[in-house]
Amino acid sequence: MALTTEQIAEKTKALKEFIAEHKDMPGPLMPIMQYAQESFGYLSLENQLLIAESLGIPVTEVYGVATFYAQFSLQPKGDNVISVCQGTACYVKGGAAVLAEVEKELGITSNQTTADGKFTIQDTRCLGCCGLAPVMTINEDVYGKLTPAMVKDILAKY
Amino acid sequence: MNKMIELTIDGISVSVPEGSTVLEAARAAHINIPTLCYLKDVQQIGACRLCLVEIEKQRGLCAACVMPAADGMVVRTNTEKLRKQRRINLELLLASHNRECTSCVRSGSCELQALCNEYGVKEYPYDGAKKETLYDELSPSVVRDNSKCINCRRCVAACNNVQEIGAIGVSKRGFKTQIGPIYGRTLAATSCVNCGQCIVACPVGALHEKENISDVWDAINDPDKYVVVQPAPAVRASIGEEFGLPMGVAQTGKLAAALRRLGFNRVFDTNFGADLTIVEEGTELINRLKDKNAVLPMITSCSPGWISYCEKFYPEFIPNLSSCKSPHEMEGAMVKSYFAEKMGIDPSTIVVVSVMPCTAKKYEAARPELASNGMKDVDYVITVRELARMIKQAGIDFAKLPDESFDSMLGESSGAADIFGATGGVMEAALRSVYEILTGKTLEKVDFTEVRGTTGVKEATIDLDGTKINVAVAHGTANAKKVLEAVKRGEKDYAFIEIMCCPGGCVTGGGQPIVSSKDFQYIDLKTIRAKALYSEDAGKAVRKSHENPEIKAIYAEYLGEAGGHKAHELLHTTYSAKEKYYV
Repeated sequence: MALTTEQIAEKTKALKEFIAEHKDMPGPLMPIMQYAQESFGYLSLENQLLIAESLGIPVTEVYGVATFYAQFSLQPKGDNVISVCQGTACYVKGGAAVLAEVEKELGITSNQTTADGKFTIQDTRCLGCCGLAPVMTINEDVYGKLTPAMVKDILAKY
Repeated sequence: MNKMIELTIDGISVSVPEGSTVLEAARAAHINIPTLCYLKDVQQIGACRLCLVEIEKQRGLCAACVMPAADGMVVRTNTEKLRKQRRINLELLLASHNRECTSCVRSGSCELQALCNEYGVKEYPYDGAKKETLYDELSPSVVRDNSKCINCRRCVAACNNVQEIGAIGVSKRGFKTQIGPIYGRTLAATSCVNCGQCIVACPVGALHEKENISDVWDAINDPDKYVVVQPAPAVRASIGEEFGLPMGVAQTGKLAAALRRLGFNRVFDTNFGADLTIVEEGTELINRLKDKNAVLPMITSCSPGWISYCEKFYPEFIPNLSSCKSPHEMEGAMVKSYFAEKMGIDPSTIVVVSVMPCTAKKYEAARPELASNGMKDVDYVITVRELARMIKQAGIDFAKLPDESFDSMLGESSGAADIFGATGGVMEAALRSVYEILTGKTLEKVDFTEVRGTTGVKEATIDLDGTKINVAVAHGTANAKKVLEAVKRGEKDYAFIEIMCCPGGCVTGGGQPIVSSKDFQYIDLKTIRAKALYSEDAGKAVRKSHENPEIKAIYAEYLGEAGGHKAHELLHTTYSAKEKYYV
C-alpha cells in the first residue's frame, strides 16, 4: 500500500519520537528497526539514514542488519503478505508445489510484490504448525493441508 | 606493567604479558601462525579459521588470534591435523574466489596466494557456485572487485573502526554475504572519503586504486606533450620498499633518477609545493590571528581525504579550513603559469603528473575547483605502487640507480617540506615559519618535538614571542572527530589544528606500498616511515620553508606578496558541503 505524503510525515514524526525514547537503552537498533518496519511496511533508505544518524552509527550497519534478518524488507510490501512455508515438514508434504502455484497465479516470485501492490510473497521457513503441512499464511489467516488446486480460490478472497 | 604468564607453544616455553593472545605469544616465540582476517590494531575476530591451533584440554581447534594465552597452557601450532584443516579452509575460500592470479594487481603481495603456496594447495576440490560479483570502478580513487573478496572484513574494520566512516559494511548472510556499500552502490555515491585505508588493509586483490598508469605512459609517449612529474614528500620514505631496500630509509636521489629515466621532461618535487603551502598557509594563519573577526581555529587543508570528511561529516567547519590548495595542486598551478611563462611553453601542452602516497589525491585532482585559467592544476595522480609498477615495466634497476637531484626552479625544498608526510609535520613546518615571520626573530630550536609521534591527538601550547597559541594535531578521521567535537562543545580553544585523513599521516596513506599483515606484527610502520622523513629534514641546510631560495625567487619574480592577489588566484581554493548519501 503506497503511503501518502501526509502519512509518511506522520509516521516519520512517530519514528523520531520512538527513536528518542529508545536510543539510550541497551541494544536500541533492533527494536527501532522493527518499529520502522512495522510502521512503514519496509525500511526505506531515508529511514535507515535517519536511524543511523540518530544512533551515531554508519548506515552500513543498519543496512547490514536489515539484509541479515528475513523479518526486514527493503521494498514496500503489498496489501496482503503471503508466506508459503518451505520448512522441512511442509516441503516434504508438497510445499514447493504450492509456492509454485502461488507464484504462477500472481506472476511474481518469492520476495516480490505484484504490480498493483496487492500481494507480496515472502520467503518463509517454519511457521510452527507442522501438523497442518503444507501451510501458508496470508496476513493473519492460516491455510493448512493445501494442494495447488486450492490456491486460486484462496487468493480470490483477497 | 601486566603480570607475566608462561605457556608452552610447540614445546617452546614462552613468557608474555597477561592479556596477550595465543597468536601474539606464538609470534613472540618466532612461530608464525597463518592469518587472513587478523590485522594488528585493526581487527581480530577469529573469522577466517586459518590461525587454528590445538590446545591441550580444549575441545576442538581454537582460533589463536582471539584465544587469550593462559598460564600453563600447552599449545601446538604445526601438527598434521592443523596443516590439513588449514589447507581445507584455504580450498573452501578458493571455491568461490576469482583465481585470475596472473592478471591480478596483488599477485605477489596477495596473502591468500602466499598461504596457498605455503600450504601446497594444488587443486580446487570444492569448486561450485560463485557468489554474485560486483565490480565498482566508478569511484575516482578506489576500485572494488568482489569476485576476489574473501569476506575477511579487514576493509570494513579499517573503514568503520579505525576511520569511523563506515562506507563499507557487511550485508546479507551465509553464502550470499557481500562486503561493500549499501544497496550494492558505488563507493562514489557513499560517505567514502577516498582515503584508501581499505586498500592497504585488504589481503587480496578485492580493492585497489583506480589505475592511471596507461594515461601517464600515453602522455610521456606523446611528442606534443611536455610532461612534468612531482613526487610527494612521503613517496621518498617508502618507494625503496617496493625494490627490496630497507624500510625507514628515504630514497630521494634514486627517486629523482628513476623519474628522469621514465622519460618525464621535468622532474620537480612536491616538496617545493609544500614550502609554498607553508608560506601561504602561515601568512593566512598570521592574518587570522591578527583579525579579531576571523574564524579560528584554522585547520590545515593539505589532505584531500580530510577535506572530503569535513565536507561530508562536518560542513560547519568549512569556514575554518585554510583556503590554501594542497602542495601538489600549488606545484601544478605554478608549473602551468610561472614555469610555462618562463620557459615559453604553451601551458595547454603541459601534463602534470603527481606521484602520491594517496588515493584521495586522484579525487582531488578531478575537483572542478582545482583549476587555474581553465586548466586542471594536476592532470594525473599515480600512487607509489603505480610508480613502482612503471619503474619495473621500464626495466629500471631502482636499487642500483645513482642519486640524482630534482630539476631547479620548482624542485628545491627545505627540511620543513620533507616532514609534511608525517602526522604533525605540517604543523611543525608552519610553526617554524609563522614564528619567524610573525616575530621577526630567528627561531633557536626548529624541532617542535611535542607535535611529533603517533599519539592520536597531540596538543601543544606554542609561545610566539609572548603570544601563546594552543595547537592540536589529529591523524585518522576518528581522531579528527574527537578534536572537532571537543571544539564544538567549547572545551578546547585552539588557534590552529593540523588534520591528516590517514592514521600516521601520508607515510601510511592509502597509496603506499602494501605491507603484509605478518610484517605488521613486527614493525611500527607509522614511526619507521616517518623516521625517514625526519632524517631528511635533519640533514638539510635549509629547514624553514620561507628560507628556500626558489620560494624567495618565485615571490620576488612572479607572485609578489604572500597571500596577495596573484597568490590567491593561483594557490587558493574553495570548499562546499556535500551529502554522504543521496537518497
